[in-house]
Amino acid sequence: MKLRMLTLAALAGLVAAAGGQALAADEVVIGDIDDMSGVYADVEGAAGVEAIRMAIADFGGTVLGRKITLLTADHQNKPDIGAAKFREWADQNGLNLLLGGSNSGVNIAMSKVASAKKVPFFVIGAAGASLTNEDCTAYTVHYVYDTTSLANGTATAMVAAGGKTWFYLTADYAFGTQLQNAASKVVEAHGGKNLGAVRVPLGAADFSSFLLQAQASGAQVLGLSNAGTDFSNSLKAANEFGITKTMKPAALLAFDTDINSLGLQTAQGLTLTTGFYWDLTPETRAFGKRFFAKINRMPTMDQAGVYSATLTYLKAVKAAGTTDADKVMAELKKTRINDMFAKDGYIRADGVMVHEMYVMQVKTPQESKYPWDFYKVVKRMPGEEAFGPITGLCPLAPAPK
Amino acid sequence: MTTVFGIPVAVILGQLTLGLVNGSFYAMLSLGLAVIFGLMRVVNFAHGAFYTLGAFAALLGLQWLGINYWASLVLAPVAVGLVGIVVERLLLRRVYGLDPLYGLLLTFGLALICEGSLHQVFGASGQSYPVPPALAGAVNLGFMFLPLYRAWVIAISLVVCFSTWFVIERTRLGATLRAATENAPLLQAFGVNVPLLVAATYGGGVALAALAGVLASPIVLVNAHMGSSLVIVVFAVVVIGGMGSIFGSIVSGLVLGVVEGFTKVIYPEASNVVVFLIMALVLVLRPTGLFGRE
Repeated sequence: MKLRMLTLAALAGLVAAAGGQALAADEVVIGDIDDMSGVYADVEGAAGVEAIRMAIADFGGTVLGRKITLLTADHQNKPDIGAAKFREWADQNGLNLLLGGSNSGVNIAMSKVASAKKVPFFVIGAAGASLTNEDCTAYTVHYVYDTTSLANGTATAMVAAGGKTWFYLTADYAFGTQLQNAASKVVEAHGGKNLGAVRVPLGAADFSSFLLQAQASGAQVLGLSNAGTDFSNSLKAANEFGITKTMKPAALLAFDTDINSLGLQTAQGLTLTTGFYWDLTPETRAFGKRFFAKINRMPTMDQAGVYSATLTYLKAVKAAGTTDADKVMAELKKTRINDMFAKDGYIRADGVMVHEMYVMQVKTPQESKYPWDFYKVVKRMPGEEAFGPITGLCPLAPAPK
Repeated sequence: MTTVFGIPVAVILGQLTLGLVNGSFYAMLSLGLAVIFGLMRVVNFAHGAFYTLGAFAALLGLQWLGINYWASLVLAPVAVGLVGIVVERLLLRRVYGLDPLYGLLLTFGLALICEGSLHQVFGASGQSYPVPPALAGAVNLGFMFLPLYRAWVIAISLVVCFSTWFVIERTRLGATLRAATENAPLLQAFGVNVPLLVAATYGGGVALAALAGVLASPIVLVNAHMGSSLVIVVFAVVVIGGMGSIFGSIVSGLVLGVVEGFTKVIYPEASNVVVFLIMALVLVLRPTGLFGRE
């Protein structure tokens, strides 16, 4: 009996300690939940955490006189883990901002927590446009890119260059199908035709069978509606089987780390869309070089984006003079974002951060003059064109009449 | 165009060829597993990790030491095989005679450590290994355009698989190995160094995995996770062939590669589960596997 009392007392002590932590008003807590160990770990991952640390240090380490703390976790590409961690931090650590890394499935699950716990939630690495449509919340900001802007960039450019007929190689989950649908709509809207698609299980060991089916369709464009290692391995096999001689590959989502893995010999000529490239302006180059000095790689759009997102949030907290979620969200939605990532970017009622996107073509080995000299700009797409009009699918943002 | 069941013959021949390429990898990997299980009763979950190590050995050999593909084909399996022997001597031999679960957990743990370390050092996105110039082109088979390198993979794996089968089933060395599994103390009494034989067997099985890794490196991006998805399929292949059956693992590896290839045309979404469906069926109808004896 005595022992049980003791245990109870100890438990009560623990609860009090945890509660005390939640009430600690002397810290501003930023969380980052991302794939740290799986297929998307290089896209943002540990180097993304470093970018957040850079942003916090650049801001001075404190805001409103309170210390800025960073929590990180690996969601292992499992929606339940991501959502549970988010809920735990919101309940026990007084979380003020969550940065969501790669994987649309996980981010959709986390957006439900953002809404329930009223915590500002910046989506960085997930592409699914449903995050600002069917799955939108008052606290979600989709910061870097989405399936709509990727399709508007790459598909429009490819159709304009004469690629009228398309066949897709699609990753068989939410992200792949959303991306394929977005691209299909753009292709049709511009007078092109979709000849078909093959849905490939995530992480397939060999893509050649699927590629031969794509080739048999007779389409002019091979729409690669996948990402990460799947994207790289399918492009590699397309080269090996001579498919790139009869079809033009279109990367619906590729990062400079993918190009680095593949090498320019394989990736040359590829059209893709990105929200950031290190070698665009003196500002992006300065950031790229700082990042390179720490990580020994140039930043992907996600890593640059998460740096910018952290600063944007901290500036809004400072301007609002509070970490109150609703007040900070109101502040965020009325300010323009100007830094190395975005020029005159703004956060729309549905949560999309509207900013310029770039349609790029991968250079040939001869055109590339120095390491990480990968892209030439085909087109700068103004934010409104890239992200399109508000659809009205998000209840918070009625479509314009 | 001639069709069979509504599928053009050219497509069928194409998928048959590609299925054989993938089947070659399955055969080579399941062969190593079957040898290790057949002679040592160890379920080697680290097999995928040794496959990955083989690919990394080739890649780093090229980048750091300038060792070319042909030399790697020999050196990488030898190097990784030696690592296997060290693992066997230091760790694996301690779990012999215990429940097979211990060996499984030990090798699974090793695989996780190996994968995690490679991920930590080299990241997730992988690196390209160039196709050796002599095998760079492609041949037009009429029904498809087959890269020479893939044809080479089929050829070398058939040679390696059947020579391994021959050594184990038809030579004196093979007979000694099999005797060691039947009655080790008796064989020891005849003056055969059984522990050495066992270590060499494990090293050999591991070297086969590493060879498959070297062969795969020009086809896929070399990355820390390349073995983990493959090894699960390969285990299913071994179960279908019959645990421990050398011949069964080779044949079922090749056949399942082809079956998987056809699934990719008929119903692509199921291509990653078809092998497991077959495994379930085989386990229901013939629990010892297609070629299993016990």
